[in-house]
Amino acid sequence: MQVTMTVNGDEVTREIEGRLLLVHFLRDHLGLTGTHWGCDTSNCGTCVVLMDGEPVKSCTVLAAMAGGHEIRTVEGLAAGGELDPVQQGFMNCHGLQCGFCTPGMMMTARALLDRNPDPTEHEIREAISGQICRCTGYATIVRSIRWAASEQAGIRTELTPDPPSAPLEPVTAGSAS
Amino acid sequence: MQVPAPFEYERATSVEGAIGLLERLGDSAKIVAGGHSLLPMMKLRLANFEYLVDINDLHGELGYITLEPDQVRIGAMTRHRELAESSDLARVFPIFGDAERVIADPVVRNRGTLGGSLCQADPSEDLSAVCTTLNASCVIRGSDGERVVSMEEFHRGPYETAVGAAEMLIEVRFPVRPGGGSAYFKVERRAGDWAVVSAGAAVWMDGDGTIADARVGLAAVGPNTTGLPAVSEALRGQHPSEELYARAGELAAQGCHPVTDQRGSADYKRHLADELTRRALRRAVQRAAGVSGTEGS
Repeated sequence: MQVTMTVNGDEVTREIEGRLLLVHFLRDHLGLTGTHWGCDTSNCGTCVVLMDGEPVKSCTVLAAMAGGHEIRTVEGLAAGGELDPVQQGFMNCHGLQCGFCTPGMMMTARALLDRNPDPTEHEIREAISGQICRCTGYATIVRSIRWAASEQAGIRTELTPDPPSAPLEPVTAGSAS
Repeated sequence: MQVPAPFEYERATSVEGAIGLLERLGDSAKIVAGGHSLLPMMKLRLANFEYLVDINDLHGELGYITLEPDQVRIGAMTRHRELAESSDLARVFPIFGDAERVIADPVVRNRGTLGGSLCQADPSEDLSAVCTTLNASCVIRGSDGERVVSMEEFHRGPYETAVGAAEMLIEVRFPVRPGGGSAYFKVERRAGDWAVVSAGAAVWMDGDGTIADARVGLAAVGPNTTGLPAVSEALRGQHPSEELYARAGELAAQGCHPVTDQRGSADYKRHLADELTRRALRRAVQRAAGVSGTEGS
């Protein structure tokens, strides 16, 4: 059968078997190996891609089911040579160790920030709760996503492991108000 | 590498079209909605079909939560995420919020549907227990029209339902009665797993503070999610109390049929059926009284 979908903004058409899973379509038919293939049972979340903006586990979606939809993979995060704030966050805050879970984590982070630009730590942990980091580096992943949220909001964040608890602007008497 | 056996993929674009496809293809075809239970079974070759009929395009037609004065109607293609995020539903049936928080994980909940959950008919499935608790009925459509069946009639055994080969579940209806409160408790081995045991409870209170009616639904302790008429009988007309919850828990433990498996021993599951029934009833009564119990047990 033939399937047509949009992947990272480009329309692609391929001849496939009905049983082909989206993760293998992306990796083997399109060569987009940034999407990783892990547990094959929709538990680990390393295969997460965005389908019409929502994170889905591509090991449990048929490529045929994605026909007519918009797929975004980790290769589609950076735009015009500029890293996405989520990618910058993972780089700056040491959000990856071995890197295996990273593409899925970043795609979920992107979708979270698109819906909720200022998530709490709890909301971030909830959003990535279907994904496993085999290095157990969750604390830095959460910090990376918070960094990306601040970056997007135009707030430059200090890159210290434990930011000061009350980084308030000094209040000046008689300021314009 | 886990891959399903070969099949032909068909896509339905309307309910009528889906039923037409099923009539033509017969029992060699299976409907796929979110696919997060069916595709894993197909990968393990526990389920094999010649045709898969994808109904995700019917989300526009069958994805809805409609509140009416005496019932809530939910379309079969309504996704877990939509059930979890509906404030209307949370107000009328807070049990949905409790259950949705412990079903798989947020990414899976983006795909899974109410109809798919019920049609999968896994004895450990959470929304089946919710529907049993709330005394839901299922609207099944075929080319001859619609029929409405109770949850007891809908589930015929593990992975078996009343839906015929050329029919589909299109809607689930939940009766709304005054003075209601509901809650759901689940014990799982790890976050997002199938239940070791879970219990849902719904109560409807009279003006004088007695329980007009109550229902308890259990998952993972029998061939299908289990409603417990003996518990309802024991609760009706009574004032809520710890002693009453204990009696209901005892009846729930006696009335279920757990088996020992890798998730726990039958004795442990009976213990959970007892304890979770108590907790769910306690929370449901608090909520019926307007106490927003969401913390602790």
